[in-house]
Amino acid sequence: MDTIEKTQYTVNDFKSDQLVRWCPGCGDYAILAAMQKVMADIGVAPEKTVVVSGIGCSSRLPYYVNSYGFHGIHGRGAAIATGVKVANPDLTVWQVTGDGDCLAIGGNHFIHSVRRNIDINVLIFNNQIYGLTKGQYSPTTLKGCITNSSPFGTIEEPFRPGELTMGARGTFFGRVLDVDMKSSHMTMLAATKHKGTSVVECLVNCVIFHDGAHKYLSEKTTREDRTIVLEHGKKMIFGKNRDKGLILEGLNLKVVTIGENGITENDILTHDAKTPDPTLHLKLILMSGPEYPVALGVIRDVEAETYNDALTKQIADVQAKSSVKTFDDLIDSVEQWEM
Amino acid sequence: MTDIKTTEKKTVVIRFSGDSGDGMQLTGTLFSNLSAILGNEISTFPDYPSEIRAPQGTLFGVSGFQVHLGSEKIYTPGDDADVLVTMNPAALKVNAKGIKKHSIIIFDTDAFGKKELEKAQFTTDNPFEELKISDTVQLIPVALTSLTQESLKDFDMDNKSVLRSKNMFALGLVCWLFNRPIDAAIHFLSGKFKNKPKVLEANVKVLVDGFNYGHNLHLNVSTFQVNKSDSTPKGMYTSISGNKATAWGLIAASKKANLELFLGSYPITPSSDIMQELARRKDMGVKVMQSEDEIAGITTAIGASFAGALAATNTSGPGIALKSEAIGLAVMAELPLVIVDVMRGGPSTGLPTKTEQTDLLQAMYGRNGESPVVVLAASTPANCFHYAFMAAKIALEYSTPVVLLTDGFIGNGSSLWKLPKFADLPEIKPHYVKSGMTGLSATARDPETKIRYWNIPGVPGLEHRNGGLEKNYVTGAVSTEALNHQRMVDARQAKVNYVVNAIPDLKVEGSADADLLVIGWGSTYGHLKTAVLDLNEQGKKVALAHFTYINPLPKNTAEVITKYKKVVVCELNGGQFATLLRTKVPGREYLQYNKVQGQPFSSAELEEHISSLLK
Repeated sequence: MDTIEKTQYTVNDFKSDQLVRWCPGCGDYAILAAMQKVMADIGVAPEKTVVVSGIGCSSRLPYYVNSYGFHGIHGRGAAIATGVKVANPDLTVWQVTGDGDCLAIGGNHFIHSVRRNIDINVLIFNNQIYGLTKGQYSPTTLKGCITNSSPFGTIEEPFRPGELTMGARGTFFGRVLDVDMKSSHMTMLAATKHKGTSVVECLVNCVIFHDGAHKYLSEKTTREDRTIVLEHGKKMIFGKNRDKGLILEGLNLKVVTIGENGITENDILTHDAKTPDPTLHLKLILMSGPEYPVALGVIRDVEAETYNDALTKQIADVQAKSSVKTFDDLIDSVEQWEM
Repeated sequence: MTDIKTTEKKTVVIRFSGDSGDGMQLTGTLFSNLSAILGNEISTFPDYPSEIRAPQGTLFGVSGFQVHLGSEKIYTPGDDADVLVTMNPAALKVNAKGIKKHSIIIFDTDAFGKKELEKAQFTTDNPFEELKISDTVQLIPVALTSLTQESLKDFDMDNKSVLRSKNMFALGLVCWLFNRPIDAAIHFLSGKFKNKPKVLEANVKVLVDGFNYGHNLHLNVSTFQVNKSDSTPKGMYTSISGNKATAWGLIAASKKANLELFLGSYPITPSSDIMQELARRKDMGVKVMQSEDEIAGITTAIGASFAGALAATNTSGPGIALKSEAIGLAVMAELPLVIVDVMRGGPSTGLPTKTEQTDLLQAMYGRNGESPVVVLAASTPANCFHYAFMAAKIALEYSTPVVLLTDGFIGNGSSLWKLPKFADLPEIKPHYVKSGMTGLSATARDPETKIRYWNIPGVPGLEHRNGGLEKNYVTGAVSTEALNHQRMVDARQAKVNYVVNAIPDLKVEGSADADLLVIGWGSTYGHLKTAVLDLNEQGKKVALAHFTYINPLPKNTAEVITKYKKVVVCELNGGQFATLLRTKVPGREYLQYNKVQGQPFSSAELEEHISSLLK
């Protein structure tokens, strides 16, 4: 039988033989499942897929995916993933990281990979705590939070990953919630389609060290009122009864109710994830309760030249113009004399 | 003009010195290249401050460039200068100790006013007397500044640009002093500035005026004649700096291995030239990423190596310190990687522009865990090419990180390089997964050599997870099992030990029946060799064993070292290689000669010390 190149994959094709070893009830399981589903959906072969990570609970993820994987050192996942992608642009590269790995020790690599627009998919597992080192506060832990390293409450302002991404001139930012499989899948799928650094903040629950950190959002009965799932080209409508929406009032966003005060669906903003202007994207990223719903889904998805495209082009341009084609040509090109 | 005396010399040392903005580096480079084209052996050494444009006329702002010319084989940029070109009193003061007794000093009289003398902390108006050299040296006072202004008076140039040309006047003068045909100098300059016709025209005018000025001086100084070198092996040559040679060695290796070259790098003195040279070589398909920090420099390279490129990173000592954890990752992941350390004075920021050999033990041992790497050290500017090539070859063939040690002295210095032919370079055969292998674990290795198979993404059935955690010897899965860890530690060490089969035996130069063996490594080769040859000529029985392969050491190391009654290890640190040898070849006494001054050895001081050991 001739071997036919496989182009259709199932979730099982991306499951490794390793037992997943996160704590029972950990939010990471859901993100892994959504990721494997997306991997199957996009049809990139396991051998063309590389999952890179740093250190932390989430960074164990590469062991659980049947693909090429690299479990690096603390904070350096973004740089390692950058090297993989620049050296071999044919590979689909995922970087899996956490709030500590990505935004504390790896903060520098994160902002620079975003700035360079390296074509990788970055999943930041944000549980607002250091799990693997047992419960110290992270750069996203809310001010005042009591943890093992802040027994009297943290006195630091946290990073907001989306805001940081925008500060680094990010071209893609999405946010997902571990308990919301549908929007997680939709957002990650968009991330894989985006050319450039796709940052997806995954709000995950750490059952051991920070249980309930995202409870305000994940509570089933109130979730639809407290979150809004953004999709490009769709109205910014949310709520259990799909009757709430966002409008602009002056320079600010405002939550309104359709049917009240003469507001109709036509008055509600339509989400434009593709506009390069980051102003409204940032406002959407910064929305928090109770005044606003927290934005999930694809908040920003802007086309821009990737690092690899620019590099490939520059190499081709230089090579087209240069008479140096081989190593011997290089040697011939120097000022030289006979002795 | 036959009244000017000419002295024929086998070797001459000339030092150009001035403010860091005076263009001394360029002048020195132009003169040495011109001399090389005219058939001389050359060796150069730039010695510059870390300030880019230090305050004018100050002692700490002095920038120097030393050139050694020879009609015979030379191995160093020379010790003390025969000729000093000094653009201001500060340069004179800084260099007064480094000149020969009867040297010639060309100085800019326009720059030796009261103010400038005070800036250089002279207390009288005769600096030469103050330095107690006025009775011995021969002075050539030249109003460099005003003569340059006069020379360019018909040119439409601002005063700043005019003043910048005074180094060309000095160059013209030196060309006269060394009997360089002015036509050759003009031709050479024309090549350098072919894209800047206006600059060329002005420079040529000043150069020729400087040359003629010397010619018409009727000074009671004898000019120098350094003939063509006939002891240099025949062939085509260029002059190359160690950093450029390192860059080209990596390019050659990538072409031999048929791989893309990836360099992850963060700017650091004195290593940045390697990155800059490779960034220029997009025509060779080189991918250079100027990373956000030292750690990203190496970790992008590790990613690139995982993805199948010949990956390298270059830095200096402080950068190695930052990269240590990642070097350990490359050890653990058993990936090919070249790490170039152009050493400088330390610790910490230390002496960024000065040279030292103080990173040896950091390269050997500066990591957590049992973390063996291969360590090589280039010994001349030109052979940085060979050792960079070999570093890449060993990394690829043995699936291991390799540290290449060079330093500021050979990195920035230059020497003659016999141009290689690509076909003559050794083959490189990366240790790839063999065809037909399937289901390989992340740790799969050759059972005999312990070399891990380089398993590059893209191949179906060979998916695996690599990384920094300890892995099971057989399955490649994460493992903390006690005996497995021991087995993995042993395998990684055995692999590095096995590299000994790829490296040449240690050679001994000098007297065959010597009782005293001088040991050196890396960039000190030229000074040690000069010292030992001189001593041999004086009938003193001394031999030299110089190391370029540091880990593993050549097979015959113990055999060589134990043969001699006395050995002395000479190095530009507090005794790091001596410490290493005491561990690797124990049971004998190692004398030491150490210098940690940010400067290379001088052959004279080595001769003196070695002689004292013979008594």
